[in-house]
Amino acid sequence: MPPSHLVPSRRTFVKGLLGTTSFWLFSGHQGWSDALASNADSPYSPAYFTAAEWRFLQAACERIFPHDDVGPGALDLAVPEFIDRQMNTSYGRGEDWFMAGPFQDGPANLGYQLPLAPRDLYRHGIAATDSYARQQHGKAFADLAATDQVAILTALEGGAVTLGNVPGRTFFEQLRTNTMEGAFSDPIHGGNRHLGGWVMLGFPGARADFMDWVDQYGPAYPFGPVSISGETA
Amino acid sequence: MSIKNPDAIVVGAGWAGAILAKELTEAGLSVVMLERGPERTTAVEGAYPDSVDELRGAVRHRLFQNMAKTTVTVRNTPDQTALPYRQLAAFLPGEGVGGAGLHWSGVHFRAAAEDLTLRSTVVERYGEKFIPEGMNLQDYGVTYDELEPFYDKAEKVFGTAGTAYKVNGQVVGDGNVFAPSRSDDFPLPALKDVYSAHLFRGAAKEAGYHPYSLPAANASAQYTNPYGVQMGPCNFCGFCSGYDCYMYSKASPNVNILPALRGNPNFSMLTGAYVLRVNLDDDKKRATGVTYLDLATNKEVTLNADLVILSAFQFHNVHLMLLSGIGQPYDYAKNEGVVGRNFVYQTITTSRAWLSEKQFTNQFIGTGGGGVAIDDFNCMNFDHGPLGFVGGSPIWVNQAGVKPIAASGTGGGHGAPRWGEGYKKGLVNTYKHAVAIDAHGSNMAYHDIFLDLDPTWKNAYGVPLLRMTFTWKDNDVRMNRYVVGKIEPIMKALGAEKYELGMKKYGDPFDTRFYQTTHLGGGAVMGTDPKTSALNRYLQSWDVSNVFVIGSNAFPQGMGYNPTGTVAALAYWTAHHIRTTYLKNPGPLVQL
Ligand SMILES: Cc1cc2nc3c(=O)[nH]c(=O)nc-3n(C[C@H](O)[C@H](O)[C@H](O)COP(=O)(O)OP(=O)(O)OC[C@H]3O[C@@H](n4cnc5c(N)ncnc54)[C@H](O)[C@@H]3O)c2cc1C
Ligand code: SF4
Repeated sequence: MPPSHLVPSRRTFVKGLLGTTSFWLFSGHQGWSDALASNADSPYSPAYFTAAEWRFLQAACERIFPHDDVGPGALDLAVPEFIDRQMNTSYGRGEDWFMAGPFQDGPANLGYQLPLAPRDLYRHGIAATDSYARQQHGKAFADLAATDQVAILTALEGGAVTLGNVPGRTFFEQLRTNTMEGAFSDPIHGGNRHLGGWVMLGFPGARADFMDWVDQYGPAYPFGPVSISGETA
Repeated sequence: MSIKNPDAIVVGAGWAGAILAKELTEAGLSVVMLERGPERTTAVEGAYPDSVDELRGAVRHRLFQNMAKTTVTVRNTPDQTALPYRQLAAFLPGEGVGGAGLHWSGVHFRAAAEDLTLRSTVVERYGEKFIPEGMNLQDYGVTYDELEPFYDKAEKVFGTAGTAYKVNGQVVGDGNVFAPSRSDDFPLPALKDVYSAHLFRGAAKEAGYHPYSLPAANASAQYTNPYGVQMGPCNFCGFCSGYDCYMYSKASPNVNILPALRGNPNFSMLTGAYVLRVNLDDDKKRATGVTYLDLATNKEVTLNADLVILSAFQFHNVHLMLLSGIGQPYDYAKNEGVVGRNFVYQTITTSRAWLSEKQFTNQFIGTGGGGVAIDDFNCMNFDHGPLGFVGGSPIWVNQAGVKPIAASGTGGGHGAPRWGEGYKKGLVNTYKHAVAIDAHGSNMAYHDIFLDLDPTWKNAYGVPLLRMTFTWKDNDVRMNRYVVGKIEPIMKALGAEKYELGMKKYGDPFDTRFYQTTHLGGGAVMGTDPKTSALNRYLQSWDVSNVFVIGSNAFPQGMGYNPTGTVAALAYWTAHHIRTTYLKNPGPLVQL
């Protein structure tokens, strides 16, 4: 469980919305009602991942993007929810990639050559990593101590582990890439809860107008972020 | 759908195609433009706030080539098996009306005079022997003075912002001291410097270099172009490269040319029309028209025309020539043939300075074409004699708007944790306080770097994929390392607390997994000798004289600058010669 101050609350969300002119500009916009739905208080139940996969994902994302004194972690930011939602997009189904055969191995610098869409990579990669964890430590990845989880992820990243016919590194990079996307994309996609990723970076989100700030040399940009749906932080 | 045979067919609705279509309809021709992708307009794809979504934009590439349908294969050397480029990464071809011109950045250069005569200039200064073994160094066959009026025209159409140095031989402003004289000033004054660019300008001066404002097709003020279409002032929104500009500020075929064409009864645009080949008559000397696949009905349609313009982008143009039998395909083993020869790209590496915690670089503020550059180590602006390489790089701060997902890839810089403990600290510090400086350099053509048809993979329409054989050569690595070394005094003058110099490494192969640029070139180059060029100096096929092939495919080697300024100038140059000479007497514009 994330600490209670990180559990999304509808009250702060709506307050944020009313505090911005963008809300008035974009109310009625389709995007914003979607976003509101996704920020409701009820816990998210994954549409693609199984319960065991979901536990893995929550643990792995948090190790990659941990909560610390710099800012929120993957769980605070609803990164696993983002990834779950992505699995049911054309991207998750591999429809944004050239997936015609034949499939042939090659040097890493010639890029991805597996016949697996992201959702298949996760299904395969999670099962294989969990069985590797069991083999090494007698427990599923999610049940290991953080240091052991980090050690496994490091082994995957370094290419020391092969997950069946998927190089560990390939799975790790998929996970890392999607974790970052979930931390930093517009909350309309399900992650970056309460714009926490953007607040940490000082990124103003969808403001997209800096006419008055281009030549103010030195100070930090003073305004907090606003999302596509009009949420502010 | 039945459609009347036009006078001219234009394949591809990017900058090159839009310019040719506009010019040919002005000459009274009926023109059909065929574009494989969908219709795109600022009012729809560009509409705020949906357009400022990093995930859908620059990450999921919603405006780019649909890779599920077609791609290329890539290998580094001729003895390897090329494999499909399955995920967009290293380069990002466009698709849909506007092509890559809808989501480009906007850096809008003229070539240096010596870029266009590089072989002659190198030989004149250093002798033939200076050219490394295996390098196909060539002249364009057109000079800067010949192209100048067309560069000028393109800048006026694009609403380009910049500061001139010389106009008609007179020094008029604080522009690029290495740039050749112009016939007129830029249509708009240079954009404001963002903080990073401002610091770079000062530091470069202090280091003894000659900084100038990047010429940018991102409007610095309200502008009406010669076609009567309007641009609004750029607000440095930062969602520029990879995005459709919601402010109508970034020049695009969609904003700057097509509105002036759409009402013309002599013009029609078909989208979802994937051109399969140019049809030739029996002796392969004349094109009769093209056959395309109507993607809505999945039916092949043949259209006839007197004139065929290929403007499908550099490598798609080469692909279509190979599929159609226009010109002799390059045979690497025999070192014969021209179509596919001199395939080139662009070198680029990024260096980074970390400033004090009091200096916020607000990297999300920026515009695609804006920034400050130096040309002290570009082209022939410095003595190559003792250096042993051909080529050069501008060095610049081009803060086009760094968004968080992109920043997460850089993290805290080289050697910093990529994830987990310590990652976020480096990332946040870098995002808030760093300045990125690029060396964006030339890439020379080599005998064993080329394009041909892949023997194995086919696209969704049953067409063999184009195969790229490409890697980095020592000449260009040496060039990059030398030029990047020259960034060091700038880092010192910036007062950087820490800096890293990004350099190419000897022996590192071309890596398709990381974005570099979409500045691919060559493969069907222009020139004066049909043994070493597929096109004459008017971009007309030497072999099939009613086919003109417009794009960066015409570049014999890659220059330090971005390509589109020269693509647009060549498009206007070709159009001028079609209008003034070819249409009166169709046939080869250059007699051998
Ligand atoms: C992110 C990004 C940033 C860039 N920034 C800059 C910059 O700052 N400065 C610069 O100079 N350049 C830049 N470029 C490069 C620039 O976009 C291109 O040089 C330019 O757009 C090329 O124009 P074109 O008309 O030759 O081709 P394109 O714009 O690619 O247009 C070709 C069109 O042909 C269509 N087509 C292809 N094949 C077929 C077929 N078989 N049938 C029918 N239609 C077909 C395509 O769908 C496409 O719409 C950038 C590119 C990218 C991707
Ligand atoms: S930075 Fe300027 S030119 Fe680029 S998309 Fe934003 S407003 Fe348009």
